[in-house]
Amino acid sequence: MPSARVVKNRTEFEGKIYEELALVQGADIPAWSADAELRHVGRSRLRVDGPQRVSGRARYTTDLMLPGMLHARVVRSPHPHARVIRVDAKRALALAGVRSVVDRTSAPELFDEEVHYVGAPVAVVVGETEEIAADAAHLVEIEYESLPFVVDLEEAIADRTRVQRKESYSRGDARRGFREADIVVDARYTTSTQLHNCLEPHGAVAQWDGERLTLWESTQAMFDVRKGVAKAIRARLDDVRVICDYMGGGFGSKLGHGHYSEIAAVLAKRLGRPIRCVMDRREENLVTGNRSATVQRVRVGATKDGKLTALEHVAWSGTGTEDGWVASTTGPSNGLYEVANVRSEQFLVLTNTGPFSAFRAPGYVEGTFALESAMDELADKLALDPLALRRKNYAKLDPQSGKHYSLKRLDQCYSRGAELAGWSRRKAGGTAGRHAYLRRGMGVSTQVWGGGGGPPAYATIHLNADGTAIVRAGLQDIGSGTKTAIAQIAAEELSLPLERVRLSIGETDAPYGPASGGSMTTASLGPAVRLAAVDVRRQLLEVAAGLMEVRASEIHLTDGHAVAGRGGKKLALDEVFSKLQNYTVIGRGSRHPNPEDVRLRSFGAHFAEVEVDIRTGAVRVLKIVAVHQIGRIVNPLNAKSQVEGGVTQALGYAVSEGRVLDRLSGHVMNANLEDYKIPTVKDVPDIVVEFVPDLDRRANNLGGIGLGEPPIIPTAAAIANAVANACGARVRTLPITPARVLEALRR
Amino acid sequence: MRIHLTVNGLEREADVWEGSSLLTALREDLGLPGSKNACEQGECGSCSVLLDDQLLCSCLVLAAAAEGHRIRTVEDLGKDERLHPVQRAFVDAGAVQCGFCTPGFIVASYALLRDNPEPSEAEIREALSGNLCRCTGYGKIIEAVRRASREMYR
Ligand code: FES
Ligand code: FES
Repeated sequence: MPSARVVKNRTEFEGKIYEELALVQGADIPAWSADAELRHVGRSRLRVDGPQRVSGRARYTTDLMLPGMLHARVVRSPHPHARVIRVDAKRALALAGVRSVVDRTSAPELFDEEVHYVGAPVAVVVGETEEIAADAAHLVEIEYESLPFVVDLEEAIADRTRVQRKESYSRGDARRGFREADIVVDARYTTSTQLHNCLEPHGAVAQWDGERLTLWESTQAMFDVRKGVAKAIRARLDDVRVICDYMGGGFGSKLGHGHYSEIAAVLAKRLGRPIRCVMDRREENLVTGNRSATVQRVRVGATKDGKLTALEHVAWSGTGTEDGWVASTTGPSNGLYEVANVRSEQFLVLTNTGPFSAFRAPGYVEGTFALESAMDELADKLALDPLALRRKNYAKLDPQSGKHYSLKRLDQCYSRGAELAGWSRRKAGGTAGRHAYLRRGMGVSTQVWGGGGGPPAYATIHLNADGTAIVRAGLQDIGSGTKTAIAQIAAEELSLPLERVRLSIGETDAPYGPASGGSMTTASLGPAVRLAAVDVRRQLLEVAAGLMEVRASEIHLTDGHAVAGRGGKKLALDEVFSKLQNYTVIGRGSRHPNPEDVRLRSFGAHFAEVEVDIRTGAVRVLKIVAVHQIGRIVNPLNAKSQVEGGVTQALGYAVSEGRVLDRLSGHVMNANLEDYKIPTVKDVPDIVVEFVPDLDRRANNLGGIGLGEPPIIPTAAAIANAVANACGARVRTLPITPARVLEALRR
Repeated sequence: MRIHLTVNGLEREADVWEGSSLLTALREDLGLPGSKNACEQGECGSCSVLLDDQLLCSCLVLAAAAEGHRIRTVEDLGKDERLHPVQRAFVDAGAVQCGFCTPGFIVASYALLRDNPEPSEAEIREALSGNLCRCTGYGKIIEAVRRASREMYR
């Protein structure tokens, strides 16, 4: 068994860099070379769990019906800020089928005395059915004392008690840089609150057997849920087992445990019956997280020929009632371009609205919209092609660390994207559409992100006597296709057909695996799985060598056979397996640290083509070209899907999505899927996806990093830039609604 | 209250609350959680089923109103281990990501292709515009419907 040791590692997660110690085992191996003949990795494979999902057999957390299960509905505050004076549950308890009503007096660990947003939890009703609990929730009478509140971001920014400076960054001397500039763009951008609206609601089902709590949860991070829930019920880690089998989307909002997890766990223990606590669509839009609305100021200075001299980016992010952290909105400005003088500041702004949470590339999506819009405004002033301006300020080295990148092919993303988009057709001032009132335009925008992953991540592989393998890892597949990618990696190294590799994932009794977030699942776990497979193979070769009476170092595995290098002796693996009888070959692998001398980042460029109706301000997005560089693509089919989905969420962010708040009552006016407009099949344009084929061999033993978040980052700015190109309307506020286009046209 | 209905070819009986939706009855009382509940207010199509061959959102129908009617759910399309061509096409086209919207899309696509064997792209978009997906870009879903059409009617 390989020995364990502790190593230092640096991982970039959600735009921030974390330096931590990690425990690893054995030694790493190099990435497959570009000319390695791979049978699974790098090839499009259908999702291994596709049939389960299309047949309706896949069981999601919300589908679970346990015998004796009770349903919990949360009673929520209608006030944006209030003190709870009294909770009267008499009428609710009188309803047949109601088992319990719990509030602050009976469960101080679950509820606060003061509520800070509309939808904040005040009590919970437990009933025999969901409907009974929901009905009874209306019967709970609560007396509140209203307190002053602010829900509007701009209003909150003006109130110093609500603003905290969270991050700042500088290099060079921005003031001097602006003095050296011939041209300065100084613009203010605002973005809306985007709501995740994963189709599977947040929720948990808990069961207590007198000794151990089993919690099914729709989560991106089982181990964090385990930690949070164990704390909530004052139990040890091994007292809690979290299960997340099939999962219906998270996009960042299901990292960490929820209040619903605590409710389910605490009440299951207390009442001795399984408890289901699942949010409805309104709760999804009120309490389960969102992308911060922002106000941003970007100043960018350049010489006449387009060389950047200074960049300043100040961002205020409305985090609702979440006052722990803020997303890295200024990250793109700090790290994308080669500019000597940079200054940025990041403020957190508290409002009486639902807490924000991570949402697919948190901060970078908002910040890239501002930065890449400002770059186009600058290009306009300089009468330069927007792409030429970006190339002119291309950073060959990482501007923040001065290090080389493990791989950077952004130039190829630009040139290939321009080709696919037909960028040469772009004209300053746009082109004519079919009618005089239709104008067409094109825009470009750039993506930078981390997603290199890192330790800790562990996997074991059990090889059975019939030549089938089970990969065991603490991994949840949130819908991105990780399961398939992991199976491909294992099958590759084990020389097995894909259908002989099964995954045993989705629960916390397995070795630790990373959260499915930060675009790092495959890049973190994949290398560990590969090493586990290598370990199995090594042992298998030893067995085969014994049977063949040669040295293990002299044979290799190919095509289901162990083949000796010299003499051409051959032994079918099936024969080796048959000798194993009931023995299990167990391979172990762990994720090794990232290289220290290079920065791991992904890059991409999006090109948008739009048509604007200048009478109505309506924007129609005709085409998006997305070219990304992440190194090796494990599964091109699923990778393309990932990009198309990211672009589509970004399309919503750009033109239709945004939480609407009533300033006077603090209520969310569009807390449903009718009024909150996510894109439908009628809204999506032609999306063209390509990847730069080069491998990122320094990154890890797969040669590639993560793709989950990159595709949502640059699209909104590309669309805004295309609208400005089409008709001269520079919309600095998202979403780009017809009214805003008309207003910009009038300016 | 007790209701009697034909579900996926079988005579079934269920004891439901009078305010229950057909979706709840299917999922919680009849052991058929394939139809999903993502909004419960007719906005997402995840709960699509056929009632007397008519496509509808089962979250908008009272269970009581289904008394005496024939219901088909996603569970009935494929038989045993064999997938229906529409289901197969969704897998083959890569139209499934988290899969939570998928049962609804499958039933809606099935209904479309039954009435219109070779729909144009515009017709596919129109027919599926009541179904929301938050993971995919819909393109592969459109492709899946085209594949299924070829498979079923070529
Ligand atoms: S659950 Fe019925 S339409 Fe959404
Ligand atoms: S695949 Fe996740 S909602 Fe459609």
